[in-house]
Amino acid sequence: MARTALLGSSLTKKYWMALTGLFLCLFLVIHLAGNLQLLDASPEGRLKFNAYAKFMTTFPLIKVVSYLLYFSILFHAFDGILLAMQNRQARPTRYVKEKPSANRTWYSGQMALLGSLLLVFIVLHMKHFWYEMHWGGLPVDAEGNTDLFTVVAAAFQEPLYVVFYVVAMAVLAFHLLHGFQSAFQSLGLNHPRYTPIIKNVGVFFGVVVPILFALIPVWMFAFPG
Amino acid sequence: MGNMKLTLKIWRQNGPNDKGRMETYPVNDVSEDMSFLEMLDVLNDQLIREGKDPVAFDHDCREGICGMCSLFINGEPHGPGRGITTCQLHMRKFKDGDTIFIEPWRSAAFPVIKDLSTNRSAFDRIQAAGGFVSVNTSGNLVDGNAVPIPKDDADKAFDAATCIGCGACVATCPNGSAMLFVAAKVSQFALLPQGRPEAKRRVLAMVDQMDKEGFGNCSNTGACEVECPKGISLEHIARMNREYLAASVTKE
Amino acid sequence: MSKLDSKIPPGPIDKKWTYHKGHMRIVAPANKRRIDVIVVGTGLAGASAAASLAEMGYNVKAFCFQDSARRAHSIAAQGGINAAKNYMNDGDSTYRLFYDTVKGGDYRAREANVYRLAEVSANIIDQCVAQGVPFARDYGGLLDNRSFGGVQVSRTFYARGQTGQQLLLGAYSALMRQVGKGTVKMYDRHEMLDVVIVDGKARGIIARNLITGEIERHGAHAVLLCTGGYGNVFFLSTNAMGSNVTAAWKAHKRGAFFGNPCYTQIHPTCIPVSGTHQSKLTLMSESLRNDGRIWVPAKLEDAKAIREGKKKGSDIPEADRDYYLERRYPAFGNLVPRDVASRAAKERCDAGFGVNKTGEAVYLDFSAAIERYGKLQANILKLENPSKEKIRELGEAVVSEKYGNLFDMYENIVGENPYKEPMKIYPAVHYTMGGLWVDYNLQTTVPGLFALGEANFSDHGANRLGASALMQGLADGYFVIPYTVGDYLADDIRTGPIDTKRPEFDAAEKEVTDRINHFINNKGTKPVDEFHRRLGKVMWDKCGMARNEQGLKEAIQEIRQIRAEFWKDVRVPGKANEFNQELEKAGRVADFLELGELMCMDALHRNESCGGHFREEYQEMEGPQQGEAKRDDANFAYVAAWEWLGEAGKAELHKEPLTFEEVKLTQRSYNKDRANCSVDPSVRRYTTR
Ligand SMILES: Cc1cc2nc3c(=O)[nH]c(=O)nc-3n(C[C@H](O)[C@H](O)[C@H](O)COP(=O)(O)OP(=O)(O)OC[C@H]3O[C@@H](n4cnc5c(N)ncnc54)[C@H](O)[C@@H]3O)c2cc1C
Ligand code: HEM
Ligand code: SF4
Ligand code: FES
Repeated sequence: MARTALLGSSLTKKYWMALTGLFLCLFLVIHLAGNLQLLDASPEGRLKFNAYAKFMTTFPLIKVVSYLLYFSILFHAFDGILLAMQNRQARPTRYVKEKPSANRTWYSGQMALLGSLLLVFIVLHMKHFWYEMHWGGLPVDAEGNTDLFTVVAAAFQEPLYVVFYVVAMAVLAFHLLHGFQSAFQSLGLNHPRYTPIIKNVGVFFGVVVPILFALIPVWMFAFPG
Repeated sequence: MGNMKLTLKIWRQNGPNDKGRMETYPVNDVSEDMSFLEMLDVLNDQLIREGKDPVAFDHDCREGICGMCSLFINGEPHGPGRGITTCQLHMRKFKDGDTIFIEPWRSAAFPVIKDLSTNRSAFDRIQAAGGFVSVNTSGNLVDGNAVPIPKDDADKAFDAATCIGCGACVATCPNGSAMLFVAAKVSQFALLPQGRPEAKRRVLAMVDQMDKEGFGNCSNTGACEVECPKGISLEHIARMNREYLAASVTKE
Repeated sequence: MSKLDSKIPPGPIDKKWTYHKGHMRIVAPANKRRIDVIVVGTGLAGASAAASLAEMGYNVKAFCFQDSARRAHSIAAQGGINAAKNYMNDGDSTYRLFYDTVKGGDYRAREANVYRLAEVSANIIDQCVAQGVPFARDYGGLLDNRSFGGVQVSRTFYARGQTGQQLLLGAYSALMRQVGKGTVKMYDRHEMLDVVIVDGKARGIIARNLITGEIERHGAHAVLLCTGGYGNVFFLSTNAMGSNVTAAWKAHKRGAFFGNPCYTQIHPTCIPVSGTHQSKLTLMSESLRNDGRIWVPAKLEDAKAIREGKKKGSDIPEADRDYYLERRYPAFGNLVPRDVASRAAKERCDAGFGVNKTGEAVYLDFSAAIERYGKLQANILKLENPSKEKIRELGEAVVSEKYGNLFDMYENIVGENPYKEPMKIYPAVHYTMGGLWVDYNLQTTVPGLFALGEANFSDHGANRLGASALMQGLADGYFVIPYTVGDYLADDIRTGPIDTKRPEFDAAEKEVTDRINHFINNKGTKPVDEFHRRLGKVMWDKCGMARNEQGLKEAIQEIRQIRAEFWKDVRVPGKANEFNQELEKAGRVADFLELGELMCMDALHRNESCGGHFREEYQEMEGPQQGEAKRDDANFAYVAAWEWLGEAGKAELHKEPLTFEEVKLTQRSYNKDRANCSVDPSVRRYTTR
C-alpha cells in the first residue's frame, strides 16, 4: 500500500516529484535568506551569522523540518532517477537524427542530469559545511557559537571552490527554470489566466535565487573582509 | 515532373526481429507540388522497377485526419511545419539538394513492423480500458437536447476530441510518454456531463493501461504540444493530472 | 425476377418499420452467446453494428485493414449528419427528410428504406450525444444545426469540419468498450479476401493478417460487410488510399448481386490535380460555395495565358470573367446541386477555359465576399471612408474566421494564398451510391451475408444528399441490423460453432493463396499503381461526370486490355508471408479492374440521365432546360442488380422495379426560379404525418 501510494503509477510518482520539488524551492528561499547574512563581514555580522547557524541546528521545530527536508531531497532524487530510468526504457532505440531544439528547451529534457549534478553538489556541500558544523569540532566565536563564518570565509578564498559553487548554481538555475512551472502542471494547476503568471514567477525564481546564492562565494572571494 | 534532387536517408528494417539500418537513396524529379508521401511513392516506384524492395510506410486518408501516417522526418515527427501531419507536408518545404532523414516512431510501446511502419495497438488498448461512455445502443435514450452543455465546455471537449491518435506526441517526447494522447481522451469525457459518472474509473483505468504499455513518464517538456498536428494543448494533461489526483485520493 | 425480393413490409409507409420490428423473430439472450457474427469494416456502419451486436450478447469478430479501427475512412467526413429533429422549428419532419432524400436521389431509391432512414435519424443524434460526441452547440448549450447540400431546412448536425471524425470516434469508443469486455475480438491489419458459402449461406471469411501474411479462416453464423465505397476505382478520388471494393466484389463473385454500380457522386469543390504524381484528391467543404463565386476567363486567350503562367487569376478584369453558374442558373447561382456544378465546370474546361497547368480547374473567388464583409464590418465599426486596403483587411478577417482552416489547408497543398488569388477547384469522385444489392433487412442475395453503409447499394438512389451518408451508416449499424440480423439468426441457435475445416473453407482458402502466389511469382515489369492509374483515367474520361455510348464501349475494351496486361505484367516485390503493401494493392486493383467493366456496362445499359449518372445522349436539347439531365421513368425506374456469371464482363441484369406511392415523380429543375424547386405542394398533406 505504502509503495503504491508513493510510487504506484507514473502520475503518483510525478505528484511526489512536484511536492518535494516545491518544498525544496521553499527551502531554498529560507536558506538563501540566512546565507545572505554572509555578505556582512563586519564582526557583528559574523556573530549574527554564527548565532543564526546555531539556531538553525538546534531549535526543535527546525530540526523536525530539516529531517523532512533530508527525506525530501533523497526521495526527490530517488524518484527522479527512477522516472528517468523508466523514460530511457520507453525508448530503447534512439533516433539517428533528432532535433530537440525544434520543440523544447534543452534543459527540460535534461532534468535528471541537472538533478544528479545537484545531488553531487548537495553531498559535497553538506560534507563541507553541514558535517563540519555538526561534527567537525570547529572553533567557537566570542559568543560561544560554532564559528561557521570563518570556515565559510576560508573556503571561499579557494578560487576552485568558488568556481564550483557558481557552476552548481547555474545547474540549479536550469533545474528551476523548468522545474518550478513544471511542478504546477504536474499537480494539475494549469489555467489559461494563471499559468502565464506561474511561468513568469518560475523564470524570476530560477534566475534570481541561484544568482543570489552564487553572489555569496564571489563576494566573499572578492571582499575577504 | 519536378526538378528537385534529394538524398533520402531511410530506416530499413525487414521485420520486428531485424536489427535495421539507415540506407541512402537518391531521388530525382521531385516537384515542389508533391506531398511528402507522393515523393516516397516516386521513390517506391523507382525501387520496384529496379527490382528492389519498396519502403513500407503507413498512410491512408492523406488529408491529415485518419492519423495513420507517421514519419520522423529530419528529427521531428511529421517533419518541419506545425499543425500538419506527414501526409499534409509538401515538398516546397524542402530545397533542391537537401538530405532528408526518415525514421519510424521510436517507442518501446510502438514496435517496428517493417521499415517505417510501427504497431500502435497500445493506443487501442488504452482506449478499451476506459475511453468510452458506458451506454448501450438504444433507440430511446434521452433526447440530445435534454442536458444543455455550456458552449465553452462543448468547444473544449471538442478540442480534446480532435486527437487523431497518430502517436507523434510519443515519438517526439524525450521520454516516450503518451500523456498527451491519453489526456486528450480523458479530458474530452471529463468535460462533458455524459462522461462525468464514470470519470474516476476512467482516468484510473486509462492511466494504469498507459503505464502497463511501457510508455515513459511526463516531464512537461511540452514537445508533444508543439509537434501535435491537432494542437492538443498541455492544459488537457493538467486536467488529467487533476482528475487522477482526485480519483486516487478518493478511491476506496 | 424471383431472385430479387426486397421484403418490404406491408402497411402504410410510416408504419412499416414498426410493424416489421414487431413481427421479426428475436434470439433469446442465452442463445445469442452461441452465435458468432463477423463484421468486416469498422467505419460508421461497421463499428456501430459490431458494438451494438456485442452488447446484445452475440460473439463478434470485427475486421479492418487499417492499424486501428478508428482510422476507417468515415473519419474523413467533414460537413455533417442529417437528422429530422426539427430543433430549428423550420418545418422539418421525418416526412420531409424522406421526401428530400428520394427527390435528391432522383427517384431511384426504395421508398420504404428511405422512410425508415428518416425515421431513425433522430435516434442517431441522441445516441451519439449520450456517447460523448461533442457536437457544435449554441450559447444556450443546445445543439446547433446548419443547412447543408441545398435543402431548405437546417437539419445538419456538425462538429466543426470534423463530423465524421467525431461520430466515428464515438462508435469506435463503443466498439472498444466491447473489446475491453471481450465481447468483440478485434482484428486490425487484417484484410478479408473472400466469403465462404456453406450450403448456400454465408458462414465465414478468409482473411489475410497483413503483418505476417498468414491466411486465416474465420467461421460465423452471419457475415456483415461494412466495407465502404469503391470510389478509388477512379484512382484519384477523395477516398482514403486504402478504400477498396475487394470485400464487396468477392461477395459479388460468390453470388451477391451488385446494385447500380454506375451511380457515382462527383463533388464539385476539390483541390485540382497538380501533376502526374498526384495520389489522391482533397475535398474542400461545400460550404465554401456559400461565399465564393465560381468563374473562368471569358476569353480563351486569357485562359491560355493563365495556364502558361503568364497571367494570374487576379489579373483578369471583372468584365472578362465568366461567372458561368450565375449566368446559367440565375436563381441558384453558385449553390446548384453537386452534379450540376460539377458538370458545368467540366463543360467550361472541356471548352478550353480551364485555369491550371492541366487545364482542369476553375476559380472559386472570395474577393467579392471579402469586399462585402469588409464594408459590413466597416459599417459596424463606424469607420468613415475606409480605404480599399482597410476594407480588404476587415473582410479577410471575417472570411478567415469562417473558413480559416480550409484556406490554410488550401494554401498548404497548393502553395498559393487564397485570400489574394482566387482558389482553384475541380470536381472529383467522392462517393459511390452503387454497391451490394440488399433487401429491406440489409441482406444481400446470399443468405446470411449482409451489407451496411456505403458498401450497400444504398438509400440514396442515383444521388446522395450532403450529410446523409453518415446518417445512413449509423442508422444501418445502430438501429437496423440489430433487429434484422436477429430475425435471420433465429434459425441458427442450434447450429453450433461453424467448422472451418470444411471443404468450402479449403476451397476458398486455396483460391486466395493461389492468387497471392500468382502475384508474387509473376515477376512482371510494372508496379501495381501504373495499372491503377491507367484504369482510373479510362474511368474518369469515359465513365465519369458525363458518359456516352461510344465512350463506354471503348472503355470496356480498354479496361479489358489493361486487365490482361495487369495479369501478365504486374510486378509485386517481396514475399507472401510478410508485411507487403504492394501485394495488398495488387489484390485490390485486380478487383477494381473487374468492377470498372461492370460499372461501364451498367452505365451503358441505363439509357437515361439520373442523379450522378449523366448520359450525354439523354439531356434536354432545347428550351429553358437545355443541357439538363433527362430521366426516363417509364423505362428505368428500377434498381439494376447484376449477377456474376463466372467471369469478368459477364453479368446478368436483374431489375427491382421501384414504385413511388408517396412521392410524386417530378423533373429536377434548377435554372428556373426558386419557387419551382421547393417541395411540391401536392405532398404538403403528408408533412404532418
Ligand atoms: C472526404 C469525404 C468527406 C465526406 N463528408 C461527408 C459528410 O460530410 N457527410 C456525410 O454524410 N458523408 C460524407 N462522406 C461520405 C461518408 O464519409 C462515407 O460514405 C461513410 O463514412 C462510409 O462509411 P462506412 O462505414 O460505410 O465505410 P468506411 O468508413 O469507408 O469503412 C470501411 C471499413 O471497411 C474496412 N474494410 C474495407 N475492406 C476491407 C477488407 N477487405 N477487409 C477488412 N476490412 C475492410 C476498412 O478497414 C474500414 O474499416 C464523405 C466522404 C469523403 C470521402
Ligand atoms: C534544491 C534542490 C532541488 C530543487 C529545488 C528541485 C526542484 C525540482 C522541481 C520543482 C521539479 C519539478 C517537478 C515536476 O515536474 O513535477 C524537479 C524535477 C526534477 N528533479 Fe529536482 N530539485 C532539486 C534537486 C534534485 C536532485 C538532487 C535531483 C536528483 C536526481 C533532482 C532530480 C529531478 C528530476 C529528474 C526531475 C524531473 C522529473 C520529471 O519531470 O520527470 N532534483 N525538481
Ligand atoms: S495528441 Fe496529438 S500527437 Fe498525440 S496522438 Fe493525438 S493528435 Fe497525435
Ligand atoms: S494519412 Fe491520414 S493522417 Fe496522414
